[in-house]
Amino acid sequence: MMAPDRAASETLMDRRDFFRALGGVVVVLTVEPAEGLQQAPGARSGAQQTPREIAAWLHIGEDSAITVFTGKVEVGQNIRTSLAQAVAEELRAPIERIRLVMGDTDRTPFDMGTFGSRTTPFMAPQLRRAAAAMREVLTDLAAERWGCSRERVVIRDGMVKGPGAAQTASFGELTQGKRILKEISDAAPLTPAERWSVLGASRPKVDGAAFVTGRHQFPSDLRLPGMLYGKVLRPPAFGASLVSADLSEAQRMPGVIAVRDGNFVGAAAPDEFTASQAVAAIRAEWKLTPQPGAGELFEYLKKNPAETQGFGGASRHETGSIEQGLAAADHQLRQTYTVAYIAHAPLEPRAAVAQWEEGRLTVWTGTQRPFGVRSELAQAFGLPESQVRVLVPDTGSGYGGKHTGDAAIEAARLARAAGRPVKVVWTREEEFTWAYFRPAGVIEVTSGVRRDGTVTAWEFHNYNSGPAAIRTPYSIEHQRIEFHPARSPLRQGSYRALAATANHFARETHMDELAALVGMDPLEFRLRNAKDPRLRAVLEAAAEKFGWSRRKKDPGVGYGLAAGFEKGGYVAACAEVAVDRATGSVRVVRVVEAFECGAVVNPDHLRNQVEGSIIMGLGGALFEAVEFEDGRILNPRFSAYRVPRFSDLPQIEVVLLDRKDLPPAGGGETPIVGIAPAAGNAIFDATGVRLRSLPLVPHGLKT
Amino acid sequence: MIELQVNGKTYRTSAPAERPLLNVLRDELGLTGAKYGCGEGQCGACTVLLDGRAVRSCVTPLRAVGGRAVTTIEGLAPAGGLHPVQEAFLEAGALQCGYCTPGMILAAVALLSRNPDPGVAEIVRFMDGNICRCGVYPRIIAAIRSAAAKMRRSA
Repeated sequence: MMAPDRAASETLMDRRDFFRALGGVVVVLTVEPAEGLQQAPGARSGAQQTPREIAAWLHIGEDSAITVFTGKVEVGQNIRTSLAQAVAEELRAPIERIRLVMGDTDRTPFDMGTFGSRTTPFMAPQLRRAAAAMREVLTDLAAERWGCSRERVVIRDGMVKGPGAAQTASFGELTQGKRILKEISDAAPLTPAERWSVLGASRPKVDGAAFVTGRHQFPSDLRLPGMLYGKVLRPPAFGASLVSADLSEAQRMPGVIAVRDGNFVGAAAPDEFTASQAVAAIRAEWKLTPQPGAGELFEYLKKNPAETQGFGGASRHETGSIEQGLAAADHQLRQTYTVAYIAHAPLEPRAAVAQWEEGRLTVWTGTQRPFGVRSELAQAFGLPESQVRVLVPDTGSGYGGKHTGDAAIEAARLARAAGRPVKVVWTREEEFTWAYFRPAGVIEVTSGVRRDGTVTAWEFHNYNSGPAAIRTPYSIEHQRIEFHPARSPLRQGSYRALAATANHFARETHMDELAALVGMDPLEFRLRNAKDPRLRAVLEAAAEKFGWSRRKKDPGVGYGLAAGFEKGGYVAACAEVAVDRATGSVRVVRVVEAFECGAVVNPDHLRNQVEGSIIMGLGGALFEAVEFEDGRILNPRFSAYRVPRFSDLPQIEVVLLDRKDLPPAGGGETPIVGIAPAAGNAIFDATGVRLRSLPLVPHGLKT
Repeated sequence: MIELQVNGKTYRTSAPAERPLLNVLRDELGLTGAKYGCGEGQCGACTVLLDGRAVRSCVTPLRAVGGRAVTTIEGLAPAGGLHPVQEAFLEAGALQCGYCTPGMILAAVALLSRNPDPGVAEIVRFMDGNICRCGVYPRIIAAIRSAAAKMRRSA
């Protein structure tokens, strides 16, 4: 897990000159500083002493252009669209007129990063508040201009109208010659969801045409004048240290700059091909240290606890008494579940272009944490953060895999040595080897159940995979739930929905085993233990659409379901599988998934995220696993590491439950957690074989 | 010097004949619509058309291109316009991050030039070498079906 960003907040004081230079009207929304900052050693607590941080700002220029500045980044989750909708809604302006400046550390407010499904529940309301305040400023300006009361001013479709027939003005006509800076707090009121007209409706991807024509420039597409292409010499295995490196042959190649900087060895050349050849010509000697292999992984994780503090640290939740709960049960069950390391494999690998100008470093890169990468760069090169700028063009996906600044630092090192801009794009093999992985883990569950299907005891221990969604959403009287961080043999980090996938897999598989133990229908069994009405609602909606109660038992066909809750979203999935016992082939044939994350912001894009989550989740459920031995990745290519393709596609039906009475939560992560247990439970239904490891059937069903 | 016909224009390159077409398109000609995804012809992000057939430009050496017409996503439709397949991708919302999209679109164009009315099974078979990590496959199938219908109507 990554360490939290160290500070780097900004206050209105720092930005005043910048806003004045912009002209027009600027609305700045400020918030109380993050808790971590207030509690930093030496810092004085209390809001009076600490300046409020800028969370978002919004500008209307004299040309009527509406510009939103946010530190969030676009990696395919389509927040450039949903955030534009949020502003359009409150500003009563057409979405086409709104432009978002995103993920630029010089021009956007500080942001922790684009992860954890936080954009929709936290950033969108802030931008809506800023837009609502902007609407008030425009209303004031119009009332003043026409000498009428504010109540007689109407803003609609991006135009401002007064009571008189000729009293019509564009936003720009009102902001002309003005230099207004308005600060608001995050308590301003918002338009309720029942009255939304732009939010809550499907809108196409902003700038979609740039993507289908190839015009959009992803980070790996950028080219600067005089730019060189960089490559890095990688160690032969994890844990290897550099003993010596002979760069002379590489340095003799025309146009090549070869660099050694501590353990970093790399080369830059006028084209990528030559850069690769130069790196291949470096003679390096490495010292290897023994590394644990995949065969001993799960024992290793249990035997090697890690002292981790804060998020990702050990945690323990206890209610009632497990011993009492087990004593009250008619049956007890103890099972162990495992999940493998898997790779994000974003189709655009890590990429960065770095440029030094008079000691100031600018890096364009694909990352979910532009401000975090700015800190990494500042630290790597001993610069103040003000001397580093990170920009994130809309990036070829992340899925939690692009939190770190590896490629950015490499490009900057080479660019500094070359005295020219350098681009580094990781190869697929580097991406599969030197990025970080979704953590592997071991989960042990001990439970007790009464004959009537009531779960009386629930003890759950997760080793290494993580604490996300570790608590059961079922109402169980006696619980003990613990997360045990471990020393991971491989580099690990965030992955879409974090450990919610692993924890749901173990929990929902175990619930299925308990249902079978007492001879109850899996749906009925879950409903018996689920009191949360939102959990019941998604279960019932998915089962209804799937036709759960009418399912037909044919040979080689099985049905499974799973449900859960994470990050404000409720999910239930029903899966149908077809199993060929002779060949061992397993196909997920049909999936119905119900999802509820409060009020729906953009139904089509939410549906897209749910469908995509199911398909991406199928890979980790059925066949994806990072294979490794002696500190080497054995399958670092798409020809060896199987990801879901067209031919893996089941029939997918998505049911969205739109709760206009609840605030919107994020939808890009939680929909991934249901598919693995639903598929595994369906395989059990088809064959009687209970699978307790992800991936379920990497080499088909072997029995 | 090797001569290349790309999007109706003639280019000369001094790159060695074994250099992959993808590198020359992206780094010399500035046509970055074709993407690097794997370097082994496994993901389809680098797909371009060679005399109308879909090829993996990351494993196509310059010498294999010869005088054949290369079409990249930039040359699929006249400037400012959209090919019916591009339109269909937008209408179906058949993209999330959009990195696989140029390769998907060119593969689909090649498919439709062979068969103007492919069924789902044929689309799946033909497109199986193109990876979308965001999992937009169902929408891509829908987009190809709707582009096919549109192109048949106007043919």
